[in-house]
Amino acid sequence: MKFPPATQRTLAEIGAISRFTGRFFSRVGKPRFEVQEFFRQCYMIGNRSLGLVAITGFILGLVMTIQSRPTMAQFGAEDWIPAMVGISIIREIGPVVIALICAGKIGSGIGAELGSMKVTEQIDAMEVSGTNPFKYLVVTRVWATTLMVPVLVIFADFVSLYGSYLAVNMRGVTSLALFTQQVVDSLVFSDVLPAFIKTFFFGFAIGIIGCYKGYTSDKGTEGVGLAANSAVVVSSLMVFILDLLAVQLTDLLGLT
Amino acid sequence: MNEPQKNTDREVVLQVRHLYKSFGENHVLRDFSIELFRGENLVVLGKSGSGKSVLIKCIIGLLHPEQGEIQVFQQQVIGLEKEALDRMRTRVGFLFQSNALYDSMTVRENLEFPLRRHGRDKSLSEVNDLVMEALENVGLPHTIDLMPAELSGGMRKRIALARTMILKPEIMLYDEPTTGLDPITSREINDLILKVQDIYKTSSIIISHDMGCVRYTANRVALLVEGRCFATGSYDELQIHPDPAVNGFFE
Ligand SMILES: Nc1ncnc2c1ncn2[C@@H]1O[C@H](COP(=O)(O)OP(=O)(O)OP(=O)(O)O)[C@@H](O)[C@H]1O
Ligand SMILES: [Mg+2]
Repeated sequence: MKFPPATQRTLAEIGAISRFTGRFFSRVGKPRFEVQEFFRQCYMIGNRSLGLVAITGFILGLVMTIQSRPTMAQFGAEDWIPAMVGISIIREIGPVVIALICAGKIGSGIGAELGSMKVTEQIDAMEVSGTNPFKYLVVTRVWATTLMVPVLVIFADFVSLYGSYLAVNMRGVTSLALFTQQVVDSLVFSDVLPAFIKTFFFGFAIGIIGCYKGYTSDKGTEGVGLAANSAVVVSSLMVFILDLLAVQLTDLLGLT
Repeated sequence: MNEPQKNTDREVVLQVRHLYKSFGENHVLRDFSIELFRGENLVVLGKSGSGKSVLIKCIIGLLHPEQGEIQVFQQQVIGLEKEALDRMRTRVGFLFQSNALYDSMTVRENLEFPLRRHGRDKSLSEVNDLVMEALENVGLPHTIDLMPAELSGGMRKRIALARTMILKPEIMLYDEPTTGLDPITSREINDLILKVQDIYKTSSIIISHDMGCVRYTANRVALLVEGRCFATGSYDELQIHPDPAVNGFFE
């Protein structure tokens, strides 16, 4: 059977990313662990995205609340706004939007950084000086994104809910305590857990695709730009695919 | 120019025999053979794209040739497992054409990097001394806390050289050490190469097509043409070589 060239390229890419992921898992358990570089990456990733994630989250909560008010008001259900907004943000919109923001910010950063290290032979230089560049560069970054994206999502969820609270407060008055109470009451364990778990997968996908694109980027400066660009495109797509899978899975497990 | 020395009775530290390396249909090295004697500077000359970088990347184990033998200190490089390859690499320094300084690290961290793995038994002050010694050798101790982006091209080359020299390798592979530098800076790099040869008794392969660098640093010159070692000899011998493919380089 013969596939058209575009399909062949896509399949080859999927194969290559899978092999790269396999390589990650075959290295991840073996010493030596680059602990210091791991913490440095966590700090960089978290620190660099914090502002962006906070602004996005804040606007998200604010806008969703303002937008849903008219509809809710039609049904006389304005009291339900905190609960509704809380559930949508925590279950779905928070994780996905923040993961997309991270794919743009972190994914492109990793793609460009590793891409330029590859092009200027810095990766070869590490290899020659006895440091395994895959462990030093890739394993640390993938761990860092896997752990930091969930942290960023949780942080954004809180900022977002605060934004929502302010929007609710524009008309009528609710105390922060009451607002929180309403949100917490509406949430159940099965809302929070799957949403939390999937953020780890989002983080992992962003890390591994950014690293893959950078680490295998072509020679030349165009290679670097291309690596950064396609890291964002592919990891954003991957976030949606993973989200779809997560929804199906929670549905199957009866967690809805 | 350096005095050419007699090749007989001299220890061979590095030997390449019948090396083949291609990328798809692009046959870069075809039956390439060469040897390096202890203490000499061997310059490999060749056109741009003739495969000079490929050759030394094969020697250091970054590229894997299809066929042939590479012996460094009587040890086969091809097929060497990771540990042994790392041990071999502590004895062979590689100066990259693009310097390959780590952009995200200061000069000090750059120089300490090779010691992370190969100098783990060293104390902090010993590491510090090594870094200072390497920087003083290249005349740039004041740059220790700068980032690579803050350095000029010539300074970067010298820092890269310092980073390579920090493990005191017995063999040095220089990939176009003077390309893209002004004549005066080139001269400084050439002086450094001779200084390294003199102080540490290093044997070196120098890749270059800067004839000034070749004349100044070479004990022996080898010509890479069409994937083979086309001719070897001293600078003067090759200059008067009858074949225009050889003496064409010296015009
Ligand atoms: N990783 C690679 N993949 C595919 N082809 C390569 C690779 N590295 C080198 N080549 C090809 O091998 C040939 C020789 O390249 P090489 O870099 O060794 O040239 P060079 O002699 O060092 O030239 P220059 O003086 O310009 O540095 C070129 O045709 C290049 O396209
Ligand atoms: Mg080259």
